[in-house]
Amino acid sequence: MIEHRSHTYGVLGEFDTEHQLIHAAEATRVAGYIHFEAYAPFPVEGLSDALGLKRNKVPLITLIGGLCGGLGGFFFQYWCNVYSYPLNIAGRPLNSWPAWIPVTFELTVLGASLSAVFGMLALNGLPQPHHPLFNVERFCKHATTDKFFLCIEACDKKFDLAEAARFLQGVHANHVSEVHDD
Amino acid sequence: MSVGQPPLNSPEIRRLSPVLGPGHTYATVTDKIAAIVLTRPVSLGWLMGFGLCFTFVMILNIAVGWLIIKGVGIWGINIPIGWGFAIVNFVWWIGIGHAGTLISAILFLLNQKWRTSINRFAEAMTLFAVACAGLFPLIHTGRPWMAYYMFPYPSTMGIWPQFRSPLIWDVFAVSTYGTVSLLFWFVGLIPDLATLRDHAIGKPKQIIYGMLALGWRGSARHWHRYQSAYLLLAGLATPLVLSVHTVVSFDFSIAIVPGWHTTIFPPYFVAGAIYSGFAMVLTIAIPLRAAYDLQDFITMRHLENMAKVMLATGLIVAYGYFFEFFLSLYSGNKFDVFLVQQRLHGPYNHFYFALILCNILTPQLLWFRKVRTNVAMLFVMSLIINLGMWLERFVIVVISLTRDFMPSAWGRYSATVWDYATFAGTLGLFTMLLFLFVRVLPAISIAEMRELVAETTEEHQ
Repeated sequence: MIEHRSHTYGVLGEFDTEHQLIHAAEATRVAGYIHFEAYAPFPVEGLSDALGLKRNKVPLITLIGGLCGGLGGFFFQYWCNVYSYPLNIAGRPLNSWPAWIPVTFELTVLGASLSAVFGMLALNGLPQPHHPLFNVERFCKHATTDKFFLCIEACDKKFDLAEAARFLQGVHANHVSEVHDD
Repeated sequence: MSVGQPPLNSPEIRRLSPVLGPGHTYATVTDKIAAIVLTRPVSLGWLMGFGLCFTFVMILNIAVGWLIIKGVGIWGINIPIGWGFAIVNFVWWIGIGHAGTLISAILFLLNQKWRTSINRFAEAMTLFAVACAGLFPLIHTGRPWMAYYMFPYPSTMGIWPQFRSPLIWDVFAVSTYGTVSLLFWFVGLIPDLATLRDHAIGKPKQIIYGMLALGWRGSARHWHRYQSAYLLLAGLATPLVLSVHTVVSFDFSIAIVPGWHTTIFPPYFVAGAIYSGFAMVLTIAIPLRAAYDLQDFITMRHLENMAKVMLATGLIVAYGYFFEFFLSLYSGNKFDVFLVQQRLHGPYNHFYFALILCNILTPQLLWFRKVRTNVAMLFVMSLIINLGMWLERFVIVVISLTRDFMPSAWGRYSATVWDYATFAGTLGLFTMLLFLFVRVLPAISIAEMRELVAETTEEHQ
């Protein structure tokens, strides 16, 4: 039995509507669980609050990416056209910065967009080809279609297989099942 | 769904005209959209359409191949008309792309629910249009294999691009636009790719969609960051789309050629781009919804809203034409006045009159609800506007270049068969990519449709 427990990822409960999921997520948080996660086929309004999620780091990463793109882009043009390869065209000033604004702007947007997307993927730990939840057949069939799931993870200090399963049934979950880690 | 249906004409019903047909659940929207890709067999109509487009792509290959062998002399361009079809087509294609970004980004920021079912293929349209657009400046350089000179890279020759040149601005604007459009499109696709992975039957499909879905599993923490990233991308794409056509208009307005050197160009180019882009979205949406029974998702409300956007941007374009005309006369600059005369009475005046007919006069029919709710009329109208916007770029490029400052530098331009073949070829490439797209990726965002189902069921309760 103990051997078996070491391969448990968590306990998964299924819900029919997003309201049930929000309710269950709130109840799980109130019950003192910390390591649990909700799954939905579309972004559910209010779910982040129910899980107690704080503001994420994607906007900060995007801001940094945009600043790097813009400043890097501007000074790169300055360096190219003033120091490395100065071109004297009809005696115009080498530091003709207004002419560099279009490229600076484009590079700001490019830097910010790339960091928004790759920052989001990195924080989410994607790409991740396999996850224990994919061992659950009903999860694969319904999680990206029409059902809502809540998983209490085994790494939670409070976790006990039987108790967590009973808890999920108590918040009206259907098809409560154990998720294996292999 | 056509004119004459009395319910559509009553204002009470019209206010309720839905963005989603009745009776849909999470499972039905998923199945209906995913089935187009996963289970629906290849139809004869699709094969014939694809085959026809593929033929045009082969024509494009021949035209570009011959161009690479012989050089740009096979085209109708000459001195002084160095730009010709290549730049006309470039501006036309890039303008078409702009409606995709407008629908996906600006309407998203404005929280317009009706964008949901049209944003995915409008974004695909953007990508394919940018691909066609990017081809033209590339082959117009004459030596496309040297095009990498335009990018700043540490070369052994120790030279760097001239960043004060609109040509380099164009390179950065168009390549950034292409990259950001691709990112935006792909981020929107990730949850749907996961749906396809989970619904696909057979290993190859599961593996391909599985790899593209990056292991998405709909975790709430993931959605939380995903929504931030998507919102930020929309916020970034909005100024980007305005900047791209502004930079394209700088290609003209930075020059001193009469008819080009005006400050009205950036806003009037952007409005024109959105105008032609919405026309192209309609050109695609109308056959798409008929072919794949998507009337529940792309409803009359969508078509009517797009018609209204076309009418509004068309009026901005008309205002642009008027002020271009008025300011040339008001400036008293004899070259500008002469250019206006040339547009009205010169050798290419039939293009100018056709442009006014297509872009300003015909779209006034859109004031009538009967026209806006008539699918066939809208389709014809969208084709006319596409043609009109192409003529606009032709008038701008060719008339100005044929009537420069010195009569000794005047010239004439006529396109050759290779110009037409290349243009027709890119039309084929664009349509072929769309045909492939509707077969391999969901043409409507499934995750966003589920959100719409959740919102509409809540409204009914």
